[in-house]
Amino acid sequence: MKLKLDKKDLGSFLQNLMDEYDLFAPVQLAEGVSVYKKIDHPGEVDLSTSNPQKPAKEVFFPQSETMFRYGKSGKQNEMVSTEEVIRERILFGARPCDIQAVSITDEVFLGKEYTDVYYLNKRKTTTIIGMACDHPLSTCFCSSTSGGPFLRKGSDLFFTDLGESFLVELLTEKGMAFLKNKFFKEANTKEISLAEGIEEKALKMTDASVPVEGIDKRLDLMVESPFWGRLHEKCIGCRVCTYLCPTCHCFDIMDETMTNGGQRVRNWDSCLSPLYSQETSGHNPRPTNRERTRQRIMHKFNYFPKNFGRAACVGCGRCILYCPVHFDIRQAINWTSAKRLKLQRGEHSTNP
Amino acid sequence: MEERRKAIQDRIREEAKELLSKKAVDLIIGFGEWTLPLRTTPIFVRNPEGADHLIWNSFCENNLATYLHKFSHFKVGVVAKGCDARSIVALSLEKRFKPDQLYLIGVPCQRMVDRRRVKKAVKGEILHAHEQGDQIIAEGEDFRTELKRDDFLYPSCRVCTHRTPTQANVLVGDPVEESPLAEAHPEVKEFEKKSQEDRWRYFEKESNRCIRCYACREACPMCYCTECFVDSSNPKWIEKGFSASDLEFYHIIRAYHQAGRCSGCGACERACPMEIPLTYFTQKLNQDVKELFNFETGIDPEAPPPLSTYQTEDRQEFIK
Repeated sequence: MKLKLDKKDLGSFLQNLMDEYDLFAPVQLAEGVSVYKKIDHPGEVDLSTSNPQKPAKEVFFPQSETMFRYGKSGKQNEMVSTEEVIRERILFGARPCDIQAVSITDEVFLGKEYTDVYYLNKRKTTTIIGMACDHPLSTCFCSSTSGGPFLRKGSDLFFTDLGESFLVELLTEKGMAFLKNKFFKEANTKEISLAEGIEEKALKMTDASVPVEGIDKRLDLMVESPFWGRLHEKCIGCRVCTYLCPTCHCFDIMDETMTNGGQRVRNWDSCLSPLYSQETSGHNPRPTNRERTRQRIMHKFNYFPKNFGRAACVGCGRCILYCPVHFDIRQAINWTSAKRLKLQRGEHSTNP
Repeated sequence: MEERRKAIQDRIREEAKELLSKKAVDLIIGFGEWTLPLRTTPIFVRNPEGADHLIWNSFCENNLATYLHKFSHFKVGVVAKGCDARSIVALSLEKRFKPDQLYLIGVPCQRMVDRRRVKKAVKGEILHAHEQGDQIIAEGEDFRTELKRDDFLYPSCRVCTHRTPTQANVLVGDPVEESPLAEAHPEVKEFEKKSQEDRWRYFEKESNRCIRCYACREACPMCYCTECFVDSSNPKWIEKGFSASDLEFYHIIRAYHQAGRCSGCGACERACPMEIPLTYFTQKLNQDVKELFNFETGIDPEAPPPLSTYQTEDRQEFIK
């Protein structure tokens, strides 16, 4: 059964949710800059941009997260756990690419051999309300990464913007719990067909031609290729692409110690930073930007497919949009499938 | 406008071709066409035929001097705007290059277009953009908008008074008139009028959305410390987390490290994915350095940066 939510009721719907849940949604921090964060007021929710700068992974895997606190209580040493999630949570308004990315980080944090309790606790207490992507950007290539602007997998509820209202689909058990929500009404056939039309149009808009399929095999043969020597040249080694990537999941653990105690925290880390692979001895097995750029591409498109059966890229296009020097990962993927890599001295780096 | 741009582009290609043909340099760093509208990308040309990929337009926003650290063992030709050239002079003063290691193809700059402001001025995604006379034509799925180029320049470009590189080996266009489009640093002047509390509150708000990607640091040609203070673990000067004090500390130190070294190119601000107005800081510092020491970065290739030298006429009111 398909339902709908009138837009005029959106504020009350969200307010109602907030009575029971911690609500995470896109929030604008400055004109054109938004992130997912816990909201205090429904008016903060901003659905105007298709994708906030920072991906929704932050809801499950914060950029900086306290693992526990330590200190002294009287004469006793004390450890305070911070694992527990007290209230149920809702992630509202995430796009299908970010939600598909959650299934990728699930593979890592909720794997067969190891379960990350911090991630698990947030994940199992969160209901995901996905928002159909009715207007993919020219940098979007989710259709090339086994996703799509209307991919419902991973969402518990799925909204499609119809202009005056949202079409609402309840997709899982967690989603079905909203069947009796007082703000939902039954959708009529006109609304359902309107949504189908929007879906059809959006599907045509994303780029399905980026050759992600089979890239792991191609990269197998390229570990020592001169390709990397050219590919990395313009990369300045910042962390924008990895921090804004919805699937990048590396972190670094640090103790922040004060006089009377402190906390152990984990922060996002990036393979593009020299420190990432720096060893205690001072030796760095990835001494230059060349090896680091290779690691970024290889992890996403070779090691990850080998370990988990799919590439760690959902085609959201953030790394293309926000790179200060305009590195385009679509080009890098394309080049791996070039029949012959033209790498004679003289070709400039944008055309190996 | 159009002809001038085309003429400059042709001259850049000619120069590059010649330098590469006679093997005077190992490579040329310049700008090339790229996949997104309103953008170009840094390219690295190694043979004369590749020189035809070099382009020149109002979207050549990167400061290419930052790549010179990467190519420190090569003879490099650089396509340099006024600001790139100033950074290179400042780096030369810091002995980053051997004499004759660099060849500057100087471009008198027409000021660069702020792609973010263009994007914000139109509804919908821009799929194609080009310049036509003094207009920028932005086209999307169902719109075509003409914008006046000069209304959409980067703030750092609006106030620029050194558009023609002074230390270039060759100039590929006629020098331009060095009058700023706006009064020097109008935002800074406005900002200075605010109370200390208001200024701090603004800084706190802006710096608190920093994601510590260090794009500002990496995009800056002057940030080349072997180990940045934020990366040092022994001693640990700063935590790696997101407490307000850590974020503020990073931005204050980064900016202060630029005093007397910053060319005001604005690369840090353009690189920031969170659009933090970083040039507020650097502009203020540049202004102070000018007022206190009558010094501007990268203009005089002999003048050492004021914070690394001493002159008897330096102002000393701070000694009480």
